This record gives sequence, C-alpha cells and structure tokens, in this order.
Amino acid sequence: MSHSEKAAIFNKDEAKVNWHDKALWFVREKRDTSAHKVKGWEELRNLASGIKANVLSNLDNYLIEFEANAQKNGIKVHWASNAEEHNKIVHKILAKHKAKKVVKSKSMLTEECHLNPYLENEGIEVIDTDLGERIVQLAKEPPSHIVLPAIHKTKEEVDELFQEHLGTTPSNGNPEYLTNEARKHLRDKFLKADAAITGVNFAVAETGGFVVCTNEGNADMGSHLAKVHIACMGIEKIIPKEEHLGVFLRLLARSSTGQPITTYSSHFNKPAEGREMHIVIVDNGRTEQLSREEFRSSLSCIRCGACMNTCPIYRRSGGHSYDATIPGPIGSILSPGMDMKKHSSLPFASTLCGSCSNVCPVKINIHEQLYAWRQVIVKEQKQPIIKKSILKITGAVLARPTLYSFMGKSVRFMLKYAPKFMIYSKLNAWGKARDLPEVKNGNFDQWYKNREKNG
Amino acid sequence: MKVGLFIPCYINQLYPQVGIATLELLEKLGVDVIYPSNQTCCGQPLGNSGYEDDAKGACQVFVENFKEYDYIVGPSGSCIYHVKKHFDILEQTPDVIKVRNNAYELCEFITKVLGIKDVGAKFPHKVGLHKSCHGLRGLKLGSCSEKMEPHYSTEEDLLNNVEGVKLMPLNRKDECCGFGGTFSVFEEAISVKMGKDRIQDHLDNGVEVLTGADHSCLMHLEGLLNRNKQPIKVMHIAEILNSSI
Repeated sequence: MSHSEKAAIFNKDEAKVNWHDKALWFVREKRDTSAHKVKGWEELRNLASGIKANVLSNLDNYLIEFEANAQKNGIKVHWASNAEEHNKIVHKILAKHKAKKVVKSKSMLTEECHLNPYLENEGIEVIDTDLGERIVQLAKEPPSHIVLPAIHKTKEEVDELFQEHLGTTPSNGNPEYLTNEARKHLRDKFLKADAAITGVNFAVAETGGFVVCTNEGNADMGSHLAKVHIACMGIEKIIPKEEHLGVFLRLLARSSTGQPITTYSSHFNKPAEGREMHIVIVDNGRTEQLSREEFRSSLSCIRCGACMNTCPIYRRSGGHSYDATIPGPIGSILSPGMDMKKHSSLPFASTLCGSCSNVCPVKINIHEQLYAWRQVIVKEQKQPIIKKSILKITGAVLARPTLYSFMGKSVRFMLKYAPKFMIYSKLNAWGKARDLPEVKNGNFDQWYKNREKNG
Repeated sequence: MKVGLFIPCYINQLYPQVGIATLELLEKLGVDVIYPSNQTCCGQPLGNSGYEDDAKGACQVFVENFKEYDYIVGPSGSCIYHVKKHFDILEQTPDVIKVRNNAYELCEFITKVLGIKDVGAKFPHKVGLHKSCHGLRGLKLGSCSEKMEPHYSTEEDLLNNVEGVKLMPLNRKDECCGFGGTFSVFEEAISVKMGKDRIQDHLDNGVEVLTGADHSCLMHLEGLLNRNKQPIKVMHIAEILNSSI
C-alpha cells in the first residue's frame, strides 16, 4: 500500500489524528523554546552541517582512524557490508559467549537490519529496554517514530498491553503506575542479561570512543551489567574530534525533545577489566547513497526526529503510514535509496513546505531532496498510466499558448455547465471534501483584451 | 522601468478578479505594467509531480514572454519561487538568468523595489494572514517560526498599513495548509485534514477574511470553507491592498 492509502486509513479516526498532531506539535514547540535560548543557534547548525560535510567527504580516512584508535583501546571492531552480515556478526559474538538473554537499547540500525527476529530465530531472547521500544515490542509493531517509538499509542492502550504481557492491574492508563511496572519488569531483564546491545550516536575518530544518548539510562544499565557490550553503528556516525561533540550534543536533544541535553550522554572508550566491547560498523546501502550527489547529505542525519515532529503530513498520517524503518521527511529521502520500488510513494508524501529543512540541526535540504527524488522515481519506476498521461499532455499544452488558451476555455466551460454529478464524481479527488472554484464570466486574458480595445 | 505582469494559469482561468486587482494596484502605485499575451504556466505542477523534463516547453514560453522586461511581477509566491528556483533545468542563457533574477512576488516587489509599505488602502475587517510555504520558506518573504531570527513579514508590513485592517494572531503562524499542488488530489485525506486544521485556527481567532499572497493555498481553503459553509471570506492580498471601501 502507498503512503496515501495508509494515511487515509489512519485519518478515519479524526480524534486520534488530532491527538497525534497535538502531541507532536507540543514537542515541536518545546524545541522552538529551547533553541531560542541558545545564542547563535543558526551558527551552531552551520557548524554541524559543515562538520558532517567534511566527514562525508573523508569518510574512508575517518573510519580507518576510528578503527585503529578503538582497537588500541581494546575494543574489537567488525565490518559489515549489509544487514545480513551485521546480524551474523552479532550472533557469532553472542554464540561465543553462550549468551541467551540480550538487552538492547535503542538502535534504528538494528531495526533496519531486522536483528531481533534474526536472533530470536536463533533461540536468543532480545528485550528492547527503551520504554517506548518495549511497548511496541510487546505490541509486535515497529516503532512509529525514531525518538518516540510508541507515540501512536495512547496511555490506555499501553495499560491494556501491560495487563496482557506484564500482568499489571487495570489503572485507567495511569502513567506513573505503568512506568513503575515497566521499570520493575526491565530491572529483572537487566540483571539476568548475558549481553547488551546498544546503538551509537557519535563515534569519535580521534579517540576511538563512542557516545550513546538516552533519557532512561537503559544503555548504561545494560552495558554495565552484562559482560559483553556490542555497539552497532552505520558508517556515517563518525565525527572527527571529541571537541565536535560540543556542537552535536547541544543540537541533538534540543532539536529532538526540547531538552537542553539528553539525561544520559554516555561515553564508551574501552571495555572494563574482564569484559568485552565490540563495535559493528555497517554499510548496508550507505556508500551507494554517498555516491548519489543530490542525496548524499541525507547521510548527515543525527536521528533527532525534529523533521517528524514539525512535518504536518507526518503528524497527521502517523509513522506507520510510511512503512519504512525511518519514517517522516528524512526517511522519505533515505528509504528510496535502499529500495526505490517499495518506497516510491514516500517522496510524494509532502507538500514541499520546507519546515523539515528549517528545523534540521545539520541543515539537510530535505524538501529539495524530496523534489529531486520525485524526478528520479518518475523516470525509473513504472507510473500509473492515467497520472502519467495527464501530466505529459499538460506539459505539451503548456508549451503551446494557443492550444492552452483553447483548453483553458474548455475546462472553464466544463466546470460551469457540466452537471454536478459529473464534476463531483469518484474520479475527482478534489471534490470529495472541497468545492471547486466558482467559474466567473471570462478569464483575465479576455478582460485585459477588452480593456486594451476600449482604451 | 518596464514591468511585465505574470498572471499564473489558474488565476487567469479561475480568479480573474485577482489578476485585475494586481494590475490596478500596480497602476495606482504608478508602475507602467504590460501584460504579455501568450502566457501559459510556470511549469510547477509538472515539476512537483516529478515531470520536470516535460515542463521545459512551458518554462521556455515563460522566458520568451518576459525576457524584455526589467521586472516580472506576479501575485503568487509559489509560481515565482518555481521560476527562481527550478528554471535551472533550462540552459542558463542570459535571458533565462535575467528572467530568474528579476521575477518578484507582488508584495515583495511593492516593499522592496518600489519601497512602499502604505499603499493607501482601506479595509475595515478582521484579517487572518495565511503565509504560503513557498513564499515564506522559499522566497523568504518573512521570518519562519522554525528559525531563530528576528521577526519580519512582507505581507504583514503591507497589511498593517491598510486603514481598518485588524490582523488576527494565529496559534500556528506558519503551518502549511496542505494544498501542495498535485498533493491535494494524490494525498487527498491528509490534504483535506491539513486544510481543515488551518481553517479552524482562523475561526478560533475570530478571522472574518482570510488572505494570503498565494491563491493556490486560498483555492484549497476556500473549497473547504464553501463545502462546510463556514463563515470566513477568502480574498487574495492584492484585492485587499486594492480596496478603498
């Protein structure tokens, strides 16, 4: 199903759409307030954008530098060219340690690689420890937002889910009670875990260390308790120097939720005595995206989710309508690069309003890339014949002023004199909920000609 | 100063009164305006749908029509933005470059080129301003709510100087209305929902007349207002600036 079809289904429950829209708009406004307090916010965005551009232009060197420094610190570094290799590597490490119970903090990369089903298939229990991720895991759903994975669920729905899976008592969606129950449930999982998997927000080439940002401390809890820590990162997570963290950490949480900084910004540099620390560096289509000049800056993304919160379409269609690991505007420019056929409707799920590009902390020109993807998709993917014919004919008419003048008159004649049932039919999506413009006597051309004639 | 009047296709065919108001307003302000015949469209509907290559003919017609003029002025931020931003698909001849550089949205032309903020209009109504995304974020006609920049607005500057106008503040000052060209039909459900939400904001803030510098957004909003019989009148900003009631 295309985005528009899924979004139409989501819109059948208007009250829920309103709630979803307001919840995310609230986060967008928190972001505005928080960013307003930073003197030189726009300059900070320029800096971040510049650092990321430098990274993407020198990615090979920075990755090698990072690997060498990480190894010096005693971290084991693995390279995976695709999702399958990534999953195999992670499994091999876990198998070596006979790990059967794994706790995982948030990582969109492992979602992208479908690591959970892979490991579960191998008889390993994987528990997502971010509360939102745990909620969607229990519901057997993918996250609908990269920072707020369960934003599509109301607290009442969470209540029911917890009753079913955690044996809680009905609480009418009492957030305090439910959070406490989740906390107890997760404590137990942390204590019994054989290994911890985390994502990576920033990997510092200069030091070989990496930073993981969470609000719940779940990455720390997992990695400090288990004897093996596996951190999974896409190749684009590199930043050159530790001092650059000062730029990105200031931008990330403010853009994301409006907090000045994430509650935990944890720096991992080397394994503790008697422990193992692994990093899996994954390509999975990223070098191909890097080779596409128009779309390469999409790899600058630091996964703050600000473009989702501000996007008027995302807010009213819900993350699942995008049917992609990363939903929303940034996902709509990343996903076609991974699978153009599957995701061909996504770049059209936008009015090109440009709000996404304006909030982006690394200044990715998201709406311009959406426009550019449309041009590529129309050429490379089969298009609905009616849409294609209409637009091709329109192009031909607009190139011929006389023909255009004739067509313009005909259309106005139709709109004015054709019976209503013909105009407001199933074929006319405009007319389902909107009236068509009232047609006046004559167009501007005629009025101007008459005026010229009459002096 | 030789000014060519650009009347976008849908305004020509469906909203001649907007074209008339634009022309009369510019003439009132002492501008020598000519309306070149043979205008079709800037090609935006094709470009936004992914058929940019098929728009080249329309873009060429546009350049031919306007290459002789010092300024090209049109009452639609979105179309002007398309000319400035997306005519990069043509070979960049001196004519193409000249046309792209000298294309102006009406309000911007009045405030920037003519240097006028008070056009001497009267309009005693509570007005809600819809800032079109292409005008705002594309042409930078005003400051954007996402950016940490000092407040400014080309349209507000003009409207605030119209006698009797009471500009009503909105809860979301620059959210998209959901028109988006062919988006309005291919993503019908979301488009309609976005439009309804925008209208509600204007209703909640006591707006009598909803205006803006882009009539395509207004066409979408007016379609919803009429269908739902809601008590807001829609007028292009040129019509307000040309009023002397």
